[in-house]
Amino acid sequence: MKTLYSPTPLVTHPDEVRIISRRFGQGAQDIDRYIALDGYKAARKALEMQPDDIINEVKASGLRGRGGAGFATGMKWSFIPKQSEAPKYILINGDESEPATCKDRLLAEYDPHAIIEGTLIAGLAVGAKLGFIYLRGEYRYLLEIMEKAVADAYAKGFLGKNIFGSGCEFNILTHTGAGAYEVGEESALMESLEGKRGLPRLKPPFPAIKGLYGGPTVINNVETIATVPPIILNGGKWYASFGPNEKNGGTRLTCLTGHFNKPGVYELPLGYPAKKMIYDVGGGIPNGRKLKAFVPGGSSTFLLTQEEAESATMDYDWFAKRGEFLGSGGVVAIDDQTCMVRVALRIMKFYRHESCGWCIPCREGTDWLEKTLARFHDGGGVHKDIDQILYLANNMAGRTFCALGDAAAFPTISIVKKWRHEFEDHLDGRQCPFEAASREMAIA
Amino acid sequence: MAGSVHLRQHRERWPSLKEIIKISQMADVTITVDGKKVTAPAGTLLIEACKSAGIEVPAFCYYPGLSVQGACRMCLVRIEKMPKLQTACTVPITDGMAVTTDTPEVHQARKATVEILLGNHPLDCPVCDAGGECELQDMTFAYGAAESQYMEAKQHKEEQQWSPVVFFDRPRCILCYRCVRVCGEGMDVWALGVQNRGVTSLIAPNQQDHLECEECGMCIDICPVGALTSGAYRYKTRPWEMNHVGTICTHCGDGCKTTLGVRRSKGGMEIVRGDNRDKSGINGDFLCIKGRYAFDFANSDDRITHPLVRRDGKLVPTSWEQAIDHIADRFKQVRDSQGGSAIGVIGSNRTTNEENYLLQKFARSVLSTNNIDHHRTTDYPAFAKAVAGKQKITATLRETMTAPAILLIGNDPTEQHPLLAWNLRTNLRIHNCRIYIVNSGDIKLRRQARAYAQVPVDGGESSMVQYLAGNDSASSQLLSENLTREALRDFRDKLKSEKELIVIFGSEVRGDDIVTLVNWSSAQGAKFICLGDYSNSRGAADMGLYPDLLPGFTSLSSNSPFTEEYGSSMPRQAGLDIEGMFSAAKSGKLGALYVVGANPVARYNIDPFALKNTFVVVQDMFMTETATTAEVILPAANAYEKAGSYTNTYGDLQLLRKAGDLAGVRTDFELIVRIADRMGVDVHKLIPFGKGLRADMGQSRGAQSGEADQHAVWLTARNLEPKLSPFDPEALLDEIQRLVPGYDFSRLNLFAGGDVHTHAPEFSSISQTPSPESIVPANDTLFTSGTLGRYSHTLNSVIENRRATPVEAEIPAD
Repeated sequence: MKTLYSPTPLVTHPDEVRIISRRFGQGAQDIDRYIALDGYKAARKALEMQPDDIINEVKASGLRGRGGAGFATGMKWSFIPKQSEAPKYILINGDESEPATCKDRLLAEYDPHAIIEGTLIAGLAVGAKLGFIYLRGEYRYLLEIMEKAVADAYAKGFLGKNIFGSGCEFNILTHTGAGAYEVGEESALMESLEGKRGLPRLKPPFPAIKGLYGGPTVINNVETIATVPPIILNGGKWYASFGPNEKNGGTRLTCLTGHFNKPGVYELPLGYPAKKMIYDVGGGIPNGRKLKAFVPGGSSTFLLTQEEAESATMDYDWFAKRGEFLGSGGVVAIDDQTCMVRVALRIMKFYRHESCGWCIPCREGTDWLEKTLARFHDGGGVHKDIDQILYLANNMAGRTFCALGDAAAFPTISIVKKWRHEFEDHLDGRQCPFEAASREMAIA
Repeated sequence: MAGSVHLRQHRERWPSLKEIIKISQMADVTITVDGKKVTAPAGTLLIEACKSAGIEVPAFCYYPGLSVQGACRMCLVRIEKMPKLQTACTVPITDGMAVTTDTPEVHQARKATVEILLGNHPLDCPVCDAGGECELQDMTFAYGAAESQYMEAKQHKEEQQWSPVVFFDRPRCILCYRCVRVCGEGMDVWALGVQNRGVTSLIAPNQQDHLECEECGMCIDICPVGALTSGAYRYKTRPWEMNHVGTICTHCGDGCKTTLGVRRSKGGMEIVRGDNRDKSGINGDFLCIKGRYAFDFANSDDRITHPLVRRDGKLVPTSWEQAIDHIADRFKQVRDSQGGSAIGVIGSNRTTNEENYLLQKFARSVLSTNNIDHHRTTDYPAFAKAVAGKQKITATLRETMTAPAILLIGNDPTEQHPLLAWNLRTNLRIHNCRIYIVNSGDIKLRRQARAYAQVPVDGGESSMVQYLAGNDSASSQLLSENLTREALRDFRDKLKSEKELIVIFGSEVRGDDIVTLVNWSSAQGAKFICLGDYSNSRGAADMGLYPDLLPGFTSLSSNSPFTEEYGSSMPRQAGLDIEGMFSAAKSGKLGALYVVGANPVARYNIDPFALKNTFVVVQDMFMTETATTAEVILPAANAYEKAGSYTNTYGDLQLLRKAGDLAGVRTDFELIVRIADRMGVDVHKLIPFGKGLRADMGQSRGAQSGEADQHAVWLTARNLEPKLSPFDPEALLDEIQRLVPGYDFSRLNLFAGGDVHTHAPEFSSISQTPSPESIVPANDTLFTSGTLGRYSHTLNSVIENRRATPVEAEIPAD
């Protein structure tokens, strides 16, 4: 088999709780090796269970969607109607495009069968016979691994008309996108899979009632679905016990990027202290610099200051209490030599490029924000621009068709509010005070 | 080109309108909007509920009847208990919902949206076609986004011409996708799509840099700004410089209302625009290419503007008095020497009911002839015979929009009755209508058909009628690879179960077949529509332009009010039809021929030499093949230059309003009256004016100043009361209502600008229907309109642009 990629290097830390990453680097792409490492045991077990029991087990685990929104997975499954004229579907969202987030990639690369097994269990739980695994366009090189895994599962009789000799049917199809962040939004994902422009749909109807091709559809993130087999195998309570409470169950893959000495993907329990994560797991900030800003989970979240970050715990509740979001697991450390105006510009450049263009506030708002930030950073800013940036961002937040507008607005709002003085330092034609240092900045 | 065009993307993209419309059967709920109680069926879109309470919620992307989008975010409102502002265009109402639409928060959100739109929008309003009628301007006015917030240059792209009628100015586009939806969902053409994404998104045509479509122009009128502009209208005038006259299109038999934008010009008036943006009339907002652009024949340089008389073989200009005197003298001479039967009269499919009625009354009571006919495009007499005496047996055009089931036999409405096709598509989309089609071709409406029976060419429709009516042996003429015995039986069985069917048939079904068809399905409560081709074909038939039928399909031989009214000079024997008149002319038996607004020489392929011994008078706009044979030509006004009424092919009567005058021409109505007057007729008998009717000197029908004075001079010279005019068609409408069966409708709705349905006569005195061979369908396409279409610059340019057959080769006539 021609290999189109070089394997992603793996990192470890003693605090890690390796539930879904335990097979990383163990050769689990090979189906026999996967089976030897407890693979497909959960699927066999699920076949013996009542669908409601599967759903209850997942509910008990406290598992929440790992794509970023954090919706309770068991609850989501329970919304699927028992009886449906239209076929039901499982759709796995592998359109991992959130800046700084690179965990689903590792799962598809090192443990593809976990995704297949989880999809199969979800199918059994809701009564679907067909699952789709959708990988982002940029992950096309992983498709080879994913497709081989699916073919091997068919060959073993784990997929198809008579899975595990049970008489049950379940099939899986793989698909890749064409390179659009927006398609990570679940309804745009369905549009894209159906062969249309990747634009979000109106909700309601929600996918659980009328989703892919009009059928009730479960849409789960890759990491979420890969977490299902260990939950079924070891019980929901067992999984929940790794987190601080039943609403923040288990572990998640945390991607440390940006100014870390030891960047990489680590599986940490929910509720892990952010300070320890930054300075111990991530090895602190390089070049003797200090932390200035902290992105908790992908660029769509509110940024934290050093003080806020050091007091944070990495669970849904801590952020929800502040009206903020834990996000997708893509953690970025930004050091004190980085220009925050430039950070805001880089983030906005991304959203301007990725806005689908469907609704006015996002389409026009991201464009004007990028233009204004670019001019501002280059020294062409005037005082009222600072409030204008805030004004434009506030007019996107909560007013756009889908969450992309929010995602573009939240980081911008937090940067202007928390680092306003840095904007003021760019005024009156002054050169960016961080010009030299920020050249090294690498974000997304 | 970067990116790719996605044309059918919008299909099934949203919860279909059907789901939204289901609500019409749902129970009423009450909501509160800005403290006002509003009651509407549960599930009604909030934006519509607000509208019904008189509260305007602005929207660019929302358009009633098209799928909902939620894209422009202008309709944001605050709904109690919802964390975010909600789009009123996507939220169905539920009981007890409390909504506020006028808070500072809502106002600010809308203002911000307008502000960022204006960021890239070129502020070329002073030269933009939409200036003054632009929704973005209106919203800027309403929300006061007056301050410019940005220093950066606006995005610019050059304007593109997509077709002879469609221009696209990208920077003005606000991406509301109305055009995409009306083209796809409304027209089923899907010629517009979206290219690229984000701020570089743009509307794109189906053929890379141009459009291949039906050129209806719906995308232009639905555009809330000036991004899509009309090739015929762009940069011509400002909206406030025009008079806006709502009248009826003069092309096909559907009778769409079209609002003409009229401007004064050197030669009198100039029509610069046609649209129906106010959605008034029978057609809502629909117009096809002809209604929207093909008014331009009216300003053609080829118009005849002086009376012409033949001297030494040449047609030379003469005065109105000389021309009319000449005609009156010759008509009198032929009548008195050879008898009325030596005079032939051919009327028009595009003149008004009053003109047609007057023409046949003039022929019968003044010229003493029944030699009167018109170009027949369908078998209305047989239809009249079939439906006579039946209640609620004919369907209106409006009903085709809501009927639960429709059977279409023959015809291709997409080409020949574009409004009917629009109604069928909309009916399917919104009310889930069951459409059954019988056709010998593969017509576009097949896409909307629940069942489609493709029958053999020439006679297939007739056999199908026989088969449907229970004659199983007719199936032998129908079976083919396109139509199996099972499919045929299934088709009939399905139709049998339809209780509220509208049966629509084209000219393929004639004579006894119509009677068979009506007898078969009227038994199960069906209604009927007989399709004829031109704007007043039905009116011409109803007003008795037949050699053997008086108005209302009244038999000549029976005793009717007409015999009494028209006096003893009316002969009681049937006259000659068109072919008969030309044979008579050939054999030297036709002394005079009076042709009003028709081109029989071209349509019936007549050798002009046959008319060498006949005194031919032609009233027309153009030097047609028929006009070239004339002794005297009187330049006539067209439908946009006069008042009166039209009956569309469905039997819906509507008023024509005068848009303006072209200097030098007169209406056919006036010309007939003047000829009659010069022949010594008591004009009072011909036109019952002065019977207490008001006469307003024409102002109510849009007369330009000066016109009324002209009449006053004429009336005073004849010692007539100047306040009553014999040129006022309304005077004759009284007589039509009094005498013509089916026309005793209430005038209230008609005079308010509405449409009224004529009804089937109570009994039929027709013993024998005319021969089916006398019917010659016009076979017009979307881009042709008989002889008239030849003089439309827009239609010609579209045809040339499509590199189709040259215009001359298209079948001309009328």
